[in-house]
Formats: sequence, structure tokens, C-alpha cells
Amino acid sequence: MIECKNLSKVFNQFTAVDDLSFVANKGEVLGFLGPNGAGKSTTMKMITGFLQPTSGEIKVCGIDLFSDPIAVKNKIGYLPEGAPSYDEMKVCDFLIFIAQMRGIPKEMIATKVDEVIERINLNKVYYQRIETLSKGYKRRVGLAQAIIHNPEVLVMDEPTDGLDPNQKHDVRELITSMAKEKTIIISTHILEEVHAVCDRAIIIANGKIVADNTPAELENMSKYHNAVTFDATIDFSLLEEIKAMGCVRDVEYDAKRKKTTVFPAQSIYIFDEISGFLKKHKISVTRLSMEAGRLDEVFRNVTLDDVKEVA
Amino acid sequence: MSAKMAIIKRELQGYFSTPIAYVFIVIFLMLSGVFAFYLGGLYERGQADLSPFFNFHPWLYLFLVPAVSMRMWSEERRSGNIELLMTLPVKQSDLVLGKFLSAWIFVAIALFLTFPIWISINYLGEPDNGLIFASYLGSLLLAGAFLAIGSCISVASKNQVIAFILTAVICFLFLLAGLPMVLDFFNAWLPQFLVDTIASMSFLTHYISINKGVLDLGDMLYFLMVISVWLYATSLVLDMKKAD
Repeated sequence: MIECKNLSKVFNQFTAVDDLSFVANKGEVLGFLGPNGAGKSTTMKMITGFLQPTSGEIKVCGIDLFSDPIAVKNKIGYLPEGAPSYDEMKVCDFLIFIAQMRGIPKEMIATKVDEVIERINLNKVYYQRIETLSKGYKRRVGLAQAIIHNPEVLVMDEPTDGLDPNQKHDVRELITSMAKEKTIIISTHILEEVHAVCDRAIIIANGKIVADNTPAELENMSKYHNAVTFDATIDFSLLEEIKAMGCVRDVEYDAKRKKTTVFPAQSIYIFDEISGFLKKHKISVTRLSMEAGRLDEVFRNVTLDDVKEVA
Repeated sequence: MSAKMAIIKRELQGYFSTPIAYVFIVIFLMLSGVFAFYLGGLYERGQADLSPFFNFHPWLYLFLVPAVSMRMWSEERRSGNIELLMTLPVKQSDLVLGKFLSAWIFVAIALFLTFPIWISINYLGEPDNGLIFASYLGSLLLAGAFLAIGSCISVASKNQVIAFILTAVICFLFLLAGLPMVLDFFNAWLPQFLVDTIASMSFLTHYISINKGVLDLGDMLYFLMVISVWLYATSLVLDMKKAD
């Protein structure tokens, strides 16, 4: 469990993190979302004890970070941004080094390293120097060092950044498989990832929390939530008729792709009404679907709000 | 294995897995030999001692030690590894000390490899081996002081070239603090007791006094103190600079 209370970080008058408070519970994957420079990484660096907050409190598994940093660092596995490691070392030597630094007893080190190699699938590159590895493997080495001591808390800064779709899938699967018995925080600016792995998402903009919801709740905030889309050749007069329906707020028509999107009033469920209407007028539809909502639109809305206000 | 030992071992492997270690050792051995025999006239003097050999060590260290120390921290900061190191459950003092000790051990290995010159002089005559031992100790302490300065500069700069040059300049000032070229600069505007203090900080004065065989506790303590102060400074600068 991670508790942050009124966390702030100021770098020479620039406020990177501004009065952040949140709790991440065991068994939860918490996603930090936000534009670049929003303060995601800075927050993670403070939780892992790399940076000293300007003010505020951090507790990890009930231990106060400032009164016992070593105990807290023992509980955390951390994958820094870009997954740094010692290029000139071999994968096995690097993992053994981390295990020694983490104070794993000598007789356990070989077992722990083997376990983690197996789990992250690093067998093939066991004796390779890290500088010769591909980006995907380097990232996996970073992940391996973060979980070698089976930490209760896992903090990962953009774990899938720069990976190809297969590698992304692997990393996400790994995160999901560990989610039950750990507290996990990941940061990302890839919105699909929120759906794929997170139970909860905190959107940060300019150092402040602007949204703290489950991914489904975030989608509910979208104007596309419960919107109905269909592909069909349709007269403008009929579109006007749809627009005039009580349950409809607005209609958008993409003439090029013959795609119509109907937005409901107050995000209510209008799928039956629209499909009934299309049937009644005998319009042949090639596709008819309801949207859950678009995260990217919500993301843009909540993170650009401040900018709009100023402008 | 304690964390400090793990760092020392990793750092030493780091030195030897790059050409730095071999370049350093070869150049150090060649130059120390060349200086001792050609400039110092070790053989022609006809005296069974190694002072021509040890006299040139400060000048060798002046440009070789910064080459070892420059990447100690700046490389970690550049590569982002510093974030990894400092989020491990290890005390900061262990990191600073571990890195310094591994560099010191490395220089000690290079120094140890000069033993053929000691065998030669014992073959040629009957030198005072106690004195030679003291001189080796003095040389090692001087290298340690340079390395501690280098450690602090390396943590302050991400750029290795800047770290190298600054370390060499600061070591040079400390080395020559007792000579007129440095003291004259301060004489004009500092009270006498401060000028004396600066003069007493000269590495060269302390080094020469150890080399003469006067194994004074004060001289050795002086170097150990210099090392502690600069390592403490390293720790402070690390706190300030690690984030940027």
C-alpha cells in the first residue's frame, strides 16, 4: 500500500508536483496518466526515495519514507524511465549485483536470479552483455531487476515505452499476472494501456490530479459515452429527424465514410431508439455500434482545461 | 556480501571490462619507469634508494588519477543509473565509499605492479626497505587524496572532460599550496596565519616528508582527513545534483 499526502516538489520556483494526495491499495494497478512534463516521473521518484519532496508525507506499507528510507526501499521494486542498467555487464552479473545490493542472502542469490530469468524469459541472453541487447530485452532486464526481491510494491515509469506491440503485450501480461499480491503503480501516456492493465487511473496535469477514476468511469466522462455510430447512406432530412428526437443531443455526419454518430442527451442509453428508428425507415446499415467512450478525448479535455482557461 | 563489497567488486570489474584499466596501468608503469631512470637518474646516481622513482609520482597522478575518477559519478548521472543505485536499500555513504575504495584499490594494483623496480634496487644494492615501504604508503595516500577530490568533482559535473580538467587543476593547487607561486598570490591580501594554514595544506610537503622516511602520524592523518572531507563533500553534492 502506498499513501501520499499533500505531496509537493518545487525545482527553483517551478512547481513540478503540486499538493498531490492519493492512496494505492494492495491488489490494485494504479495508472499515472498525463502529458509529458506533468509530474508523473517526479512523483514516482519521490515515492521510491530518489527525490526529497519539498513538502508532504509518503508512507509505503505503513512505513514512513523519511523516518526509515532503507526499509521502504526494501519493499519497493523500481523500474526507472528508460530502464537504465550497466551496459558493460552481462545480464547474469547485473542481476547478481542487484541481488547483492538488495541484501539477498548469498545462498539464495542463484535461485532468485534463476527464478526471475525464467519468469521474464531471459534465458537466451543470460551471458550476453547488456549493451548488445535489443530495446525489448533491455527493458526486460530492467523489469527483472525490479522484481528480483519479490517486492510488495512495484513502481514502473513507462514500462512499455518504445516497445513493439508483441513486447508491449508481454509486459502487460506480466504486470497483470503480478497484480493480485502487489501494489503496482505504472505511468504511461498510452491510453489503451489503461484499459489493458489498470484498475484505476489518475490523470495528472501541471502537477495536480485532475481525475481519479476507474477506466470505465473515465470513459463515462466522454461525450462519446453511449453514443451510437452507424454506417449507412442516409438523407439529410432523416438526420434532422434523429436530431429532433428527445433523447438526442447532437448528430455528426462524416460524408466521406458515410458514418453517422449520434450523441445522447445526458449520456443516456439510446441504442434501442436509434436502431428502432433505422428499422422503421428501412435504412440498410452496414455497421451499427455503441461506444463506451473515448479515453483520448477525456484525456484531452481534462489536461487541456487549464491551458484554455489561461488563453 | 555487504552492499559496499558488492559495489567495490562491480566497480573494479567495470574498470577492467573497459580499456581504461589497461591503458592506465601500462602508461603508469611506463612513465614511472622512464621518469625514474631518465629524468631521475636512478641508475647513474649510484645510490640504493627509490627517491627518484617516488619523486615523480605526484606529477604522474596529476593527470592519470583524474582520468580514473572522472567517470566515477558523471557516467552514472549521464546514463540514469544513479536513479537505480539510489533507490536500492543502501546507505548513501556506502555508495560514496564503495566507489571511492574501488578506485583506490585500482590505483593500488597499478602501484603494486611497479614491484620489479623494488626487486631491481634490492639486486643492485642494499636499500632501506622500511623507507621504500613508507614511500609506497605515502604514494598511495596521495593518490587517495586525488581520488577523493576527483570523486567530488565527478559528482558535480555530468561532463567527463570538465570533470577531468577541474580535478587536475584542483589537485595541482593542493599539491603546490606550499610553493611560492601559490603563496605569493595569497600573501598580498590574507593575514599571515591564513597563509601559513594554506602552506601547511600542501600535499607535496606532506608527501615529501613521508618520502624522507619520517613516518609521522600527522602526515598520514592529514591525507586521511583530506580524503574524508572530500568524500563528505561528495555526499553533499550528490544530494544537490542527483536530480538534474
